[in-house]
Amino acid sequence: MIKLLTKSIAVFVVVILSIAKTTAAEKSITIGMQLEPPNLNPTGGAAAAIDEIVYANLFEGLTRFESDGSVAPSLAKSWTISSDNLTYVFNLNENITFHDGLPMTAGDVKFSLDRARSEESTNAQKILFKDIDNIAVIDDLTIQVKLTRPNGSFISNMAWGDAIIVSEKSISKAEIAPIGTGPFKFSKWVKGDRVELVKNESYWGPQVSLDKAVFKFISDPTAAFAAVMAGDIDAFPVFPAPENLSQFEADPRFTVIVGSTEGETILSTNNKKPPFDKLQMRKALAHAINRQEIIDGAMFGFGTPIGTHFAPHNPNYLDLTSQSEYNPKLSKKLIKESGYNPDTIISLKLPPPSYARRGGEIIASQLRNVGLNVEISNLEWAQWLEQVFKGKDYNLTIVSHTEPADINIYARPDYYFQYDREDFRDIITKLNLATDPKIRTKYLHAAQRQISLDYVNGFLFQLAKTGVANAKIRGLWKNSPTQANDLTDVSWAE
Amino acid sequence: MLSYLRARLFTLIISVLLSSFTIFVLIEVVPGDPASFMLGINATEETVESLRKELGLDHNFLNRYLDWSIGMLSGDFGISYTYRVPVQELIMERLKVSLPLATLSLTLSIFIAFPVGMLAVQFQGKKIDHAIMVVSQIGIAIPNFWFAMILVLIFSINLQWFSAGGFYGWESGFLMGLKSLILPAIALALPQASILSRIIRSAILNTLMEDYIRTARSKGLSLRQVIPRHALRNALIPVLTILGLQFSFLLAGAIIIENVFFLPGLGRLIFQAITQRDLIVVESAVMLLVFSVIMVNFIVDLLYILVDPRLRK
Repeated sequence: MIKLLTKSIAVFVVVILSIAKTTAAEKSITIGMQLEPPNLNPTGGAAAAIDEIVYANLFEGLTRFESDGSVAPSLAKSWTISSDNLTYVFNLNENITFHDGLPMTAGDVKFSLDRARSEESTNAQKILFKDIDNIAVIDDLTIQVKLTRPNGSFISNMAWGDAIIVSEKSISKAEIAPIGTGPFKFSKWVKGDRVELVKNESYWGPQVSLDKAVFKFISDPTAAFAAVMAGDIDAFPVFPAPENLSQFEADPRFTVIVGSTEGETILSTNNKKPPFDKLQMRKALAHAINRQEIIDGAMFGFGTPIGTHFAPHNPNYLDLTSQSEYNPKLSKKLIKESGYNPDTIISLKLPPPSYARRGGEIIASQLRNVGLNVEISNLEWAQWLEQVFKGKDYNLTIVSHTEPADINIYARPDYYFQYDREDFRDIITKLNLATDPKIRTKYLHAAQRQISLDYVNGFLFQLAKTGVANAKIRGLWKNSPTQANDLTDVSWAE
Repeated sequence: MLSYLRARLFTLIISVLLSSFTIFVLIEVVPGDPASFMLGINATEETVESLRKELGLDHNFLNRYLDWSIGMLSGDFGISYTYRVPVQELIMERLKVSLPLATLSLTLSIFIAFPVGMLAVQFQGKKIDHAIMVVSQIGIAIPNFWFAMILVLIFSINLQWFSAGGFYGWESGFLMGLKSLILPAIALALPQASILSRIIRSAILNTLMEDYIRTARSKGLSLRQVIPRHALRNALIPVLTILGLQFSFLLAGAIIIENVFFLPGLGRLIFQAITQRDLIVVESAVMLLVFSVIMVNFIVDLLYILVDPRLRK
């Protein structure tokens, strides 16, 4: 009996071990992601994980972002803009079909944009479409969009993942079975584990080199590390454990990819709640912060210091970090002058990402050094949205604002940091009306300077994109101008 | 026996009703709005409002409770806010991982614990017994996620015998599916087996004091013969109780192990749903777990009748 048992166990072990680990076929790639998307429809929610799978791979818009952040033609091969900057005429590429075989025409463009700006729309970036007055189909391949007022960023607005072109026939199923025009088609989704895409053989543009792409979801940083080491994952573009990157760097099987993102990480400050309703206190706050210490301590050295709400890799960026140099003496002096009572508790409410939780501890200690009575509380995202974002019940919080070119949020007085300045709103209005690049640069500079001088928030650092990949993979995005894992140019080296 | 059954059944129904209401109330009072979570920080208030309407969140509390509980009776658990698919589909998909995982680790733990426990009794007070007690103490003390990471380090990263995690799905073959569950099952089974073997040891030791054992021994049976034939069966009642508890724990409590091995199990579904405020999924999944715990306990109660003839009267 016991012998039989031992024998059968031995046979079982041999059988199990003889099943080879599924070695990835040559032309397939497995991408690791920390968060699973709630669904695969980028037009109905803000979850970044949706775009990280579908952007440029499955869905396409009139225009698209390139990896350097520039805007390029996509479904629209060209466009003309009228001299009053109000009428845009897009010429679409020919022979574009959706994955279900239906042709993609100007009618679909009209449907998609009208749907995004409609009253019942649940588009998370509805603001992208707010200047559209009306949309007219000229012929199957030509569409005309009229704006109510000039908008210099309209072409780049159309490149966002929220502005992709969908079909009226299939949009209702986009949550679980998305149908787009991209070079990859949706294949299957094993919930909680992975999403699989396969090559779209009838793609209108150049064919991709990969046959299959698998997106696997691993939330735990230690598990992510193990999965990359064991070869289960070919690339982890946003790797959750920066502390392990040096280990990958030393290993010839892997490359570490460090790039920039659109994520301005800021110590958001409630501008209408004492004590930081006073400019002097916000200035004191800015000078109390040692950015490099935060980048080194919380981000393992990855990240670029910023002095305003703008991405350093953008040509229009102004380096204003000297405006808020680390100077605890000055900070203490300002706090004393402003009459801050050290019994007043300053709440620092931290959402879950590690930049916030780790960075928060360091900032709290820096602020305590200059005599501010900081109290940390850790919140989950849902609580954070409720208390901080909606309820504005906070003094300080740390968030990375990952939308590209989003300095215009400072023109929304009801936005959660409650910065209310008429002259800043003027700058943004003028910026939106301007289409000449030189004039736009002028206003972008003015806007950056203004919020820096008003010390609206503590400007900390630009979030780095730190990823790891198999050394044989070519063509992954280094930077992250928008949240995406564009696989159109990805291939395996021989 | 009938009155025993009736009493058990009554407890079962009351517990299900009470827990359904408690779960709904508790989860509804958690702060955080599913719609604003889904739309993020750039959405306008009116967009959030339209999404709330679309999700049916604008109905009042009592209506939603009745809709949910009556729907559940007919097997309709509602539609997930975030995934936008029926909740029962989501749960069934996760059960395909969690149920086999729980069964596998429970089987493993039984296969380890019974022989070990009986061995300890047989050599009570001797070196083997002491060794078993020490090892099982360590087994209880070691956190299972740490043990899991050690398993990954040895078998996935160094030996490369197993994947570091993930679940291939049963459709890629039974053995393939089984293979992805082996390391997690071992990690889960270790502490369970340690607890169980200790319980078995002490339960058998207790029955060994009984008169009928002395009679059996005096008739010439050795300790090795008495333990499986006479002592074990009578020691089963406390063991069954623990097994029932362990199974319920393994079904949902595997969440940490599911995280280490990134398995799409029930525990992770609930965890994810809580952070995303997918309330309907949390409510339904938790209700299902509560129901299964109640059912397992009910079955254990029935099994008592099988092992204990006194309850049959």
